Amino acid sequence: MSKTKTANAKAGMEKQVRDFPDPNTQISMKLRELYNSVQDEGIPDRFLDLLERLDEAEKNARANNNQ
Amino acid sequence: MTQDTETNESVFRRDMLATLPNLRAFAVSLIGQPDRADDLVQNTIMKAWGKQDSFEPGSNLKAWLFTILRNEFYSQMRKRGREIQDSDGYFTERLAVHPSQHGSLDLQDFKKALEQLPDDQREAIILVGASGFAYEEAAEICGCAVGTIKSRVNRARAKLQELLGLTDEDEYGPDAGSVSVPSRAFVG
Repeated sequence: MSKTKTANAKAGMEKQVRDFPDPNTQISMKLRELYNSVQDEGIPDRFLDLLERLDEAEKNARANNNQ
Repeated sequence: MTQDTETNESVFRRDMLATLPNLRAFAVSLIGQPDRADDLVQNTIMKAWGKQDSFEPGSNLKAWLFTILRNEFYSQMRKRGREIQDSDGYFTERLAVHPSQHGSLDLQDFKKALEQLPDDQREAIILVGASGFAYEEAAEICGCAVGTIKSRVNRARAKLQELLGLTDEDEYGPDAGSVSVPSRAFVG
């Protein structure tokens, strides 16, 4: 029973595989999907805050140097 | 003169901000764990800020930032040596290879497979395949020859195909399949 099931599944899969892009294209597409999902999140606040603080610290340091 | 310095700095800051989403996507894809990836990005920002004088205005800031991040990544890895090996085991155990049963790849399966690649191969395929770098730029970021990057990308693709059950034999059509499957079955 399970053999028939497996055979059917395999036949179905083979058919579908032929309709799908080649393996490397599939891999490239998934890699970009994964990557873009993170990239599309934009910039988390913690990094904006960090840059703000770095900027402040530098301005203060410069102000002190100029005195 | 002070004016000029300030202008350079704000350009640097603006360009760094613009690169952050891409840099962060690289970190997350490379490490697989968003928390650790964001810590790495934070270290990278601080490092880059500290040495912005050594950045040549007008040169490739994106490549420069990626270089800092991957160097940070490897120095952390060296410190963590053992821990990383354990986490490799963790993922290996959990990756049940279900060759794309519905004919399309599941993103979670892909993620797990990506995590199983050796670091240098994962890094190469991400830089070239997703971050948008040319082979030459990726080679510069990784401090190796262009040929090395190419072979790492090829090995990464082959390994991913294997892990995800996308191996070439599926591609050769029914004849190749009907020959190779029984011969394996009888030998076993």
